[in-house]
Amino acid sequence: MNVVEVNVNPKRVKHDLKKQERSLLLRRFLSNKLMVTGSIIIVLLLLLAILGPKLTPFDPYEMVVKERLEAPSSHHLLGTDNFGRDLLTRIIYGAKVSMWVGFASALLSSIIGLAIGLTASYYRYLDNILMRICDGLLAFPAILFAIALMAVLGAKTENVIIALTIVFSPEVARIVRSRALVVREETYIEAIRSQGASAARIIWKHIAPNTISPLLVKATFVFSEAVIVEATLSFLGAGVPAPDPSWGNILSDGKDVIYTAWWMTVFPGLFIILSVLGLNLLGDGLRDLIDPQSSTK
Amino acid sequence: MYIYILKRIFSLVPVLFVVSIVAFLLIYLTPGDPVSVMLGQEATAEQIEALREQMGFNDPLYLQYFHWLINVLQGNLGDSYFMHMPVTTAIVEHLGPTLSIAVLAELIAILIALPVGILAAKHRGSLMDQFVMGFTLTGMAIPSFLFGLILMLVLGVKLGWLPVAGYQPLSTGFWNYLQYLLMPGLALGIIQSALIARMTRSSMLEVLNADFIKTARSKGVKERSIIYVHALRNALLPIITVVGQTFGLLLAGAVVIETIFNIPGIGQLVLNSIQSRDYAVIQGVILMVAFFYVIINLVIDLLYMLIDPRVGY
Repeated sequence: MNVVEVNVNPKRVKHDLKKQERSLLLRRFLSNKLMVTGSIIIVLLLLLAILGPKLTPFDPYEMVVKERLEAPSSHHLLGTDNFGRDLLTRIIYGAKVSMWVGFASALLSSIIGLAIGLTASYYRYLDNILMRICDGLLAFPAILFAIALMAVLGAKTENVIIALTIVFSPEVARIVRSRALVVREETYIEAIRSQGASAARIIWKHIAPNTISPLLVKATFVFSEAVIVEATLSFLGAGVPAPDPSWGNILSDGKDVIYTAWWMTVFPGLFIILSVLGLNLLGDGLRDLIDPQSSTK
Repeated sequence: MYIYILKRIFSLVPVLFVVSIVAFLLIYLTPGDPVSVMLGQEATAEQIEALREQMGFNDPLYLQYFHWLINVLQGNLGDSYFMHMPVTTAIVEHLGPTLSIAVLAELIAILIALPVGILAAKHRGSLMDQFVMGFTLTGMAIPSFLFGLILMLVLGVKLGWLPVAGYQPLSTGFWNYLQYLLMPGLALGIIQSALIARMTRSSMLEVLNADFIKTARSKGVKERSIIYVHALRNALLPIITVVGQTFGLLLAGAVVIETIFNIPGIGQLVLNSIQSRDYAVIQGVILMVAFFYVIINLVIDLLYMLIDPRVGY
């Protein structure tokens, strides 16, 4: 009797497969130079937002009238603003505000959008109602809707996050729903249902994980949109209220002195462009990574 | 076909219904009592109560909505308590500059985006293509108000080519009118062209890979006519969608950008209304813009039928 014992540990195989899959993802990530660039930009900005406040010797609120509107120098690297505050310091604190608002809005609208999208895809009788509500909300251009909401809520940083969440959740809900509609038709969902799994279990345990990839891509773009809209709102005086620094309201101060102090427009502007560019590159890259066929290259 | 058109128009009803509810609730949820604001500090409680009753604020919510909706459907968006005029009048008075900027920006965007997108698709992978992709990536990362500030700094402050702020109506002469609109128009248009150029490129690339293009090539059709006759016509559908959808964005963008250039359009109206807590005006404006947006999308859908007879009804 020759019994060949094959020692296969199923756990181990699964582990190896996962490892392989992960290294494939890593290789695809590293081969996408634009995505690597985007990630580096975002990591640097996050570091700046977190560590920056500890590194700068200046106070973002302290006004030094004697030093107002100084051009960039070795003392004030990016110059000073119209109240004599160090511009680099204000931009660093602004990064904290912008990144926080962008991240929080992306996170909240992802959670709400996920819940709405999954509900709409699973309970067909709710689908029509929920999607018509989303259509209606999406008929308002994002920036105007945000302005109107801020007019009602009042200019406050937390309110910016609330307004942006209301504006962006319907977009997320649509993406999640369209993905979930495909998933719910899969045979394995049918199998799980026939075993008597509850609706909540099917939705959250089996459908939701399959919508995470498109959700993640969308969340990245919501983040970048949110940075733009927050900057616009703050620029218009309907976002982060002075004297709290935000890139948008620094630009608003800068507009009044555009004839004399170019640095107040150029530097905060560069930071907005860099962060949005970084997030967009990251989002494009994530999309290519998850769905190589949709790549536009 | 007419049935399709009717169906399409009918499908707008639920969307507009939601739009109206959102706009209505927006004002309903505003903090503070509009009546006491209207009557001022010295009003007695009885006066306030009387006006509340008179204006229907004591009615149940659905009844208030219903009355409001009837008015809106008749073109009555309420009164601006701050400017003492109907909201509709205020909007119409401020609409000219905003529409001018949006239309000008759309023209500029198309003029840049189409050739650039086609060129990039034609020479795919070339330096030119990479340059165009770089342009679109950067363009999409710049908020239009920021680009407006940069243009103001360069074209207005440093070079002095264009006036930095202000507005002259068309009646003062075309050039006079145009030179004040050119900078906001350029700012919005160039930024918007990034999106349209990207769409043009990918749409052209898709069509250029199609079998009928290969057939045309093997027949010996000239490259020029392949690109501009065969491919472009087929690539136009998604391009028109983007152009149409961006018009809504441009309208919203114009609202923001005109505040930079001190142009007395809808944007200034909105900002002033925020400051004076004149919520009826804000409500009127977003209701109008959303309505525009929905109608534009309808028009695009109907345009499809003219451009592409294959679109099924």
